[in-house]
Amino acid sequence: MNALPAESIDVIRQPINKATIRLAGDSGDGMQLAGERFTAASAIMGNEVATLSNFPAEIRAPLGTLAGVSGFQVTFGVGRVHTIADEADTLLAMNPAALRKNIPCLKKGGILIVDEDTFTADDLSKAGYAENPLNTAALKDYQLFPVPMTKITRESLKKTELLKKEKEIDRCRNFFALGLACWLYQRDLKTTLQWLDRKFSRHPEVAGANKIALQSGWNYGESTGVFPVIFVLEGAAAGREPGFYRRVTGNEAAALGLVSAAAKAGLPLYFGGYPITPASEIMQELSKLAWPDVFTFQAEDEIAAVGAAVGAAYGGALAATATSGPGFVLKTEFINLAVMVELPLVVIDVQRAGPSTGLPTKTEQSDLLAALWGRSGDSPLVVMAAQSPKDCFDVVVEAARVAVKYMTPVVVLSDNYLSTGTEIWRIPELDDLPEITISRELKGKDKFLPYERNPETLARPWVVPGTAGKGHRVGGLEKDLTGMISDDPKNHQKMTRLRAEKINNVTKEIGPLTVHGDPAGKLLLIGWGSTYGIIRQVVEKLHKTGMPVACTHLRYLHPLPEDLGDLIRRFPDVLVPENNMGQLWLKLRAEFAKEYIRNLNVVEGRPFTEREIEDAIIDRLKEK
Amino acid sequence: MEQNTAQPPCSRKDYLGAIDPKWCPGCGAFPVLSGVTAAFAALEIPKEKIAVVSGIGCSSRFPYYLDTFGLHTIHGRPATVAMGLKTTRPDLSVWVVSGDGDSLSIGGNHFLHTMRRNPDINYLLFNNQIYGLTKGQASPTSAAGTISKTSVYGSIDMPVQPLSLALTAGATFAARVLDSDLTTMKEVFKQAERHRGISFVEILFNCVTFADGALEAVADKKKRSDNTVMLKAGEPIIFGRESDKGIRMKGTTPEVVTLGQNGISAADLLVHDPADFNLAFLLSRLHYPAAPLPLGIFRQVAQPTYNERLIEQKRRGAPKPGEDALGKLLRGPDFWEEKTG
Ligand SMILES: Cc1ncc(C[n+]2csc(CCOP(=O)(O)OP(=O)(O)O)c2C)c(N)n1
Ligand code: SF4
Repeated sequence: MNALPAESIDVIRQPINKATIRLAGDSGDGMQLAGERFTAASAIMGNEVATLSNFPAEIRAPLGTLAGVSGFQVTFGVGRVHTIADEADTLLAMNPAALRKNIPCLKKGGILIVDEDTFTADDLSKAGYAENPLNTAALKDYQLFPVPMTKITRESLKKTELLKKEKEIDRCRNFFALGLACWLYQRDLKTTLQWLDRKFSRHPEVAGANKIALQSGWNYGESTGVFPVIFVLEGAAAGREPGFYRRVTGNEAAALGLVSAAAKAGLPLYFGGYPITPASEIMQELSKLAWPDVFTFQAEDEIAAVGAAVGAAYGGALAATATSGPGFVLKTEFINLAVMVELPLVVIDVQRAGPSTGLPTKTEQSDLLAALWGRSGDSPLVVMAAQSPKDCFDVVVEAARVAVKYMTPVVVLSDNYLSTGTEIWRIPELDDLPEITISRELKGKDKFLPYERNPETLARPWVVPGTAGKGHRVGGLEKDLTGMISDDPKNHQKMTRLRAEKINNVTKEIGPLTVHGDPAGKLLLIGWGSTYGIIRQVVEKLHKTGMPVACTHLRYLHPLPEDLGDLIRRFPDVLVPENNMGQLWLKLRAEFAKEYIRNLNVVEGRPFTEREIEDAIIDRLKEK
Repeated sequence: MEQNTAQPPCSRKDYLGAIDPKWCPGCGAFPVLSGVTAAFAALEIPKEKIAVVSGIGCSSRFPYYLDTFGLHTIHGRPATVAMGLKTTRPDLSVWVVSGDGDSLSIGGNHFLHTMRRNPDINYLLFNNQIYGLTKGQASPTSAAGTISKTSVYGSIDMPVQPLSLALTAGATFAARVLDSDLTTMKEVFKQAERHRGISFVEILFNCVTFADGALEAVADKKKRSDNTVMLKAGEPIIFGRESDKGIRMKGTTPEVVTLGQNGISAADLLVHDPADFNLAFLLSRLHYPAAPLPLGIFRQVAQPTYNERLIEQKRRGAPKPGEDALGKLLRGPDFWEEKTG
């Protein structure tokens, strides 16, 4: 259906190797969907992608208002794309509110496409515009293209009679916009057309109408001659290893990681959850599986969710729970029980801006200290963080592996940015995953003791109910080797030490740190979690221009990698960028006592921009 | 995690743990330990197949005194743990042990949801109408006016009726027993274990240290026959030392009547039917001294259990034999293949 651009119209084909487009509209306009399809088309064409979706906390804020604006930004390119770009090259705004809210994200001189039909007095005033910006000089810094999207979509669909109501027809506007965006960046329509057929197989009229809208968008670009330039991605594509690929969001990857880890370990999977943004998709993905050995439980609250997981772990299942800040703190007491009885448990915290309800749909990295230290008593456990959407898979598998080997809860920190962000992922086979070794009873002992530890890991054996002759009692009270209650002070000291030592042993599982940029440089950036892409991108860029800067990224936040201390001592200056007020920074200062470890903090509910990191690096290097 | 089944133990003592219970001498929890182990022995449940999950409280120390599998969890939430355990391990006989504070105060939410899901769990609520472990504060089942360390001028909260709550939440088996009546305890525990679904048993037990005598009017052997009524399925509700009293309906309200007076005969009385929800609920509202306190099994109905409903879903949704379900899941609907590097 989509031919090459018509020869008759003079349009300049401008080669590029990377671009960023932002699609914004009312939350009911389907811009997330349009963005996802744009991303899918790019991924299948061999491009690397990174996405950011920005949707309102209220699912249906009043139509046309600033609160109801939903946006989707995708950076796509032929080389490596570590992260989304700060500013978009093109902004597509479906109404005045979307324009107003998103215009700061468009770079100066960028392409601005708006649905001019929505710039009515009513919608303008809802967006807080006193005057129509399309008629003033307000947008003079951009290449403005007002397009009658509503009108054309209505016209092209009315004659087909596929959809009866105007309201239904208007719902196809996002596909018009998508078609136009695809033309502008020469994205293949084939994948989207196939997707529509699949998605609406039961409603062929909806599939048909959207296909027409999509094609009209493409045709508008191609045949009107309004746009002087189209963009063609050129350059050597980053060679992909042969194999099967897909796009994956962080939450999908986490759910798939749990299922895969359980399959690899040969254990049933039990997941207890309670709905909360932005973690719910993990439970929703798992709920789709009515497999005999996958159990998903929507509990009455977060406490019950983790309690049920502890029960399943006691019975011998790979047990997990996922939540976000407010739910994470509710789980604390049960996590402490799992620390005390020493049962394996994976706890995923998809962080959002806090404290309390905070900004439920905005990203932040501010639960680190809660994960590390936010429990009563001396309560050590393993904390890891995912660095990209697809990394959520690997980290969850790693968490499960460590949990059953060391008989401990493992907290996995993800965040809102990763949870909805998409990335291209090479689909692994079960054989590609690391071996999972379960902590078993020691051989050659004549008496079974539930807290007798494996001398190498210090893990206790996982002996489950149903095992004849091995009945025992465990609980949250301090105990001795037999599991029976002990209030002997010396025993408590010993057990407290052992629990800590066991977790410290997990350092043996951590591979050497990778350093990007200048390994003999003057400034080291240390990051964790979702800041990986942006930090690495900026550091590599500045290093190429000759700046003595390097970065490393932590997957394990507790215990810390053994080589981190040496690395820190090799650099005269260390900067820790975080989307919190300095939580890893505090931990690094506490562990390594170096005053030159400085922090860089942004808590605006969004990831860092390139500019923020770049400026900070230049500043620090200047100071030296 | 090998699981093999040894010979079932044959005597009640085989189920007892190695250490002596650390309850106050005379605590009503002792006879319950006898009742529970007697039921285990009568049913010949293999020891390793029993998992007792408790909360926090005097009563929740229970698992430590058994030679079965036991998990002493956190305050108020043993039912959640039992839920995950029973779902993944339907082969086990799972028993929740929880106090009145544990279940009805801090764990009230879990109590409600556990009842409505109907998991095949035996739920023993140890009700002593006081907080024992924390040394004597009013509990959600303390009678109005109870004087305690935290209700110095008398409790002004209305007490919760555990059975009413369990029934309205959907309990498919609900019973009440007294610590002083070992025979009934053993029988009811056996019935609870046999019942498929949630089996809720309220055990009225005496805290000699902080609420001594709270149960005297109903538990004392001499007063019991006049002040309590033992429910028997299919039989008219009759009580009293002379078996001369009964309960009949007057409009929508039950009333206590004397047989032979005003021409009242057994035919006028309510007949106990554990399948009748309304009757069970109505009986759960009766309390001494306004009426005799009903004991025994209030409700017992067969309904699909949580696991049965789950298995039914899994039967329909399970991957076909030989299907690479995991591979298909990982690939999702939108995958593609890259052939060359
Ligand atoms: C989260 C939490 N809050 C409070 C306590 C203190 N606590 C322990 S047991 C208990 C109440 C015990 O009463 P009940 O459940 O009726 O059991 P009993 O001791 O009477 O058998 C309380 C408040 C605790 N252990 N944990
Ligand atoms: S305090 Fe009461 S409930 Fe606790 S052990 Fe003593 S008598 Fe029993």
